[in-house]
Amino acid sequence: MTPAAHDSGAWEWVVGLEVHCELQTATKLFCGCRNRFGDEPNTNICPVCLGLPGSLPVLNRQAVELAMRIGAALHCSVRPSIFHRKNYFYPDMPKDYQISQYDEPINVGGFLELPDGSRVGIVRAHLEEDTGKTTHVGGGGRVGSSEYSLVDYNRAGVPLVEIVSEPDIRSAEQARLYVSELRGILVATGASDGRMEEGSMRVDANISVRRVGSEQFGTRCEIKNLNSLRSLGRALEYEARRQIELLEAGETVVQETRHWDEEANRTTAMRSKEEAFDYRYFPEPDLVPLDPDPAWQRAVAASLGPMPADRRARILEVLGGTEASAQRDQVGVVVNQALDDLVLTAVDHGAPGSLALARAANEAAANPEAARRLDPKAFAQLILFEASGKLSSTQSKEVLGELLVRGGGDPEAIARAKGFEALAADALAAVIDEVIKANPAEWDSYLGGNDKVAGALIGKVMAATKGQADGKVVAAELRRLRSSS
Amino acid sequence: MLVAGELAGQIRRRERSAREVVTEALDRVAGGDAAIRAFVRVCADAALAEAEALDRRIAAGEDPGPLAGVPVALKDNLCTKGLETTCGSRILEGWRPPYDATVVERLRSAGAITIGKANMDEFAMGSSTENSAAGPTRNPHDLSRVPGGSSGGSAAAVAAGFVPVALGSDTGGSIRQPAALCGVVGVKPTYGLVSRYGLVAFASSLDQIGPLTASVGDAALVLEVIGGHDPADSTSIDAPVPRLSDAVEAGVEGLRVGVCLELIDGVARDVEARVREAAEALSGAGAKVEDVSIPELRYGLSAYYLIAPAEASSNLARYDGVRYGLRVDAPDAAAMNKATRTAGFGAEVKRRIMLGTYALSAGYYDAYYAQAQRARTLVTRAFDRAYAQVDVLLGATSPTTAFPLGAKVDDPLAMYLSDVCTIPSNLAGHPAMSVPFGTGDDGLPVGVQVLAPALGEKELFRVGGVLESLAPPIALPALGALGSVERT
Repeated sequence: MTPAAHDSGAWEWVVGLEVHCELQTATKLFCGCRNRFGDEPNTNICPVCLGLPGSLPVLNRQAVELAMRIGAALHCSVRPSIFHRKNYFYPDMPKDYQISQYDEPINVGGFLELPDGSRVGIVRAHLEEDTGKTTHVGGGGRVGSSEYSLVDYNRAGVPLVEIVSEPDIRSAEQARLYVSELRGILVATGASDGRMEEGSMRVDANISVRRVGSEQFGTRCEIKNLNSLRSLGRALEYEARRQIELLEAGETVVQETRHWDEEANRTTAMRSKEEAFDYRYFPEPDLVPLDPDPAWQRAVAASLGPMPADRRARILEVLGGTEASAQRDQVGVVVNQALDDLVLTAVDHGAPGSLALARAANEAAANPEAARRLDPKAFAQLILFEASGKLSSTQSKEVLGELLVRGGGDPEAIARAKGFEALAADALAAVIDEVIKANPAEWDSYLGGNDKVAGALIGKVMAATKGQADGKVVAAELRRLRSSS
Repeated sequence: MLVAGELAGQIRRRERSAREVVTEALDRVAGGDAAIRAFVRVCADAALAEAEALDRRIAAGEDPGPLAGVPVALKDNLCTKGLETTCGSRILEGWRPPYDATVVERLRSAGAITIGKANMDEFAMGSSTENSAAGPTRNPHDLSRVPGGSSGGSAAAVAAGFVPVALGSDTGGSIRQPAALCGVVGVKPTYGLVSRYGLVAFASSLDQIGPLTASVGDAALVLEVIGGHDPADSTSIDAPVPRLSDAVEAGVEGLRVGVCLELIDGVARDVEARVREAAEALSGAGAKVEDVSIPELRYGLSAYYLIAPAEASSNLARYDGVRYGLRVDAPDAAAMNKATRTAGFGAEVKRRIMLGTYALSAGYYDAYYAQAQRARTLVTRAFDRAYAQVDVLLGATSPTTAFPLGAKVDDPLAMYLSDVCTIPSNLAGHPAMSVPFGTGDDGLPVGVQVLAPALGEKELFRVGGVLESLAPPIALPALGALGSVERT
């Protein structure tokens, strides 16, 4: 290639992502210790996950099953696999090696279809154990300047699945979409809670750039410390710009591992290829090969519920196949937050889908955990009130907010308690109706033109509403009823 | 000295108390071990307390099991709850495991009483028990000689008559070679027959725990107790242990025995002579004996010295000063790791960590580690072919009788050759036994090695039983040098 050809044209990103996902098993990958986030440090530990001399690992069946669920959801094939040891020294790694799958992983060769229709290949999804967690004390929390470090081994030995994508991703938006879709799938399989902020999902990115039309890959860098979708996008944008600037200035990209500095909004070099660890992988002699029974594999694949793409399609179907992109985004949010039931139940009860979708995607999804606990029927009722005009959109949102905060309740009661007019009038009409039925003689007299009994009727309504009703409104309603009867 | 089976019988029948038996064992150790140094730690109080508890159970009509009241020595790489376990290394100084190895639990539930931890080469790396932070153990037959290794303390404790039973571990011959040099029986079981849970790992794919005993029958008894499936060890075989005690008496009529030429070529002439005599003895007892050649066994030693150090380099990484054992402080974690490991490991351990690290390094893996694994497969297949012709193989255990202390410490390769006859069984995962069979020209014990295919323990014990009954007598250790220790 001549320099001239090399210098022309637009740049294309080439991105592959490695996503580590903590599995929601009852116990750790190789021992019976509880797998639970947030417990008192060093309480869920035993000789095995502490790597004490003489201890041996025994593989957790549930972890294998969840790994196979992930594989099945990503269209991978399950292969006979083995575990390797990845050797390096670090204080939070009890054995100073990590048991991980290497060149013979359990799941290989799948793909993930994104909501925008693009498809990202999956190289592999393999099992490995997590490390402990180090906290550096003093010196601003940095390892170099800290006074001492504390290690919590509760996380050591927690099962992880690492999902490695093909370098098929071409933009920050596509990368975010991939992680978001993958997260939805991991939650749908029951393998993960998908919480990036708690570290139960962690993303590393490999990125290089090349001229559009080029078949060759550029030199790539790996970016670590991407703790949110936002930092993933920003880090990729920064790093692509850095690499393009280097190349346009006639310099070269050095293959290295870089650290995303969230505060400084940039990546910094961690270690070069030459400084990269030699992990000295070799087959783990303490474990036997893993070759899941085909019947088990079939049972696992058959037990998978609908994946996010199926669920989006289902919601779009009940909405009547809308093509508006705003609604597609809302459907995405609803599915990602597992709020499908709210929308589907509301539509089932005759509520307009677009309104149910909007409330679910905007107001409910703002508090997703509470929204998942919400009774879908209560939500449906609320949407029906709003649709029939008994509640304004502002009132409806306020009632929904109250439902989420309280963790449930009766939307009608909440609306009445808040004194929202339409519903209040509805309630008043019911009370008046009861008073009329209970006092037929007075009502007949009133109908006959005796206005004097109106006062008695109004008094009874006032008593029934404990003085909450407005006497003038009651009088007007009585007149309306007389004239329409 | 009574063998373990008889001793347990007397205790179960209340002819003797466990307390009396354990007290005598402790007295023998107190009288004789200053010269031999078989033990790195004696737990007299705990042993006596256990013996008394056992006597009470017997008095209450309970049967504590086939090893009731039998005093045992445990190699110091077997985890014992609350009792320091150091693997002959400074780096584990002061480490008290919070758990018992599976074999320790099984011995206890069969009634055996641990009286102490036996000396060993550091992390089981050595063939003379000279690589111990606690100093060397001496051969009870000649205090100027080594007991072999790495289970030298276990072998010496049995040979000196301190205990009738000891446990050792065998990665490349570490039970059989010291058994041969000390004139006791030593068995390396089929890989996976005995749980490794609680055995501090040297080379995980080769390590096996086994008994060192005064008799073949005792070895069978102990193996029946410690063997069998353990869900805590993924490599443990899920099958019951055969009745080996019966095999000891079963004779060798009709059994096909192959004298393996590669396991006698190049060994000392007196050792070779004893192997030939053993073969004749078996022939006389009704076995069909023939010579067998398995040329591939010559790859064993080189393959072993790549695979074992490679696994060791990884297994020993955890001794980093962070969680337990020795810590040499330094300004940061990496410097602390380095200072701790520099001070904590001995020269041989460091040599093997470096060898293994190199063998696994990027760019060298295929040439060394992967190639060694191919050689391992070759050795295993060659054994399989031989076992199509014969039921068991016979050879030397050690190329020589016990050598003088210091003779090989400065020559690692000469030391490594001590294991040339024992390594192939570890590579193949097969069982093998060393049985005392006469003495060398120097009057020191010679061990004959019996090898069998995987799970061929029954055949091993049939041959062992016959060899034991036909073996020329070995003089008891020179007790004068140990002080006045009474022997029964």
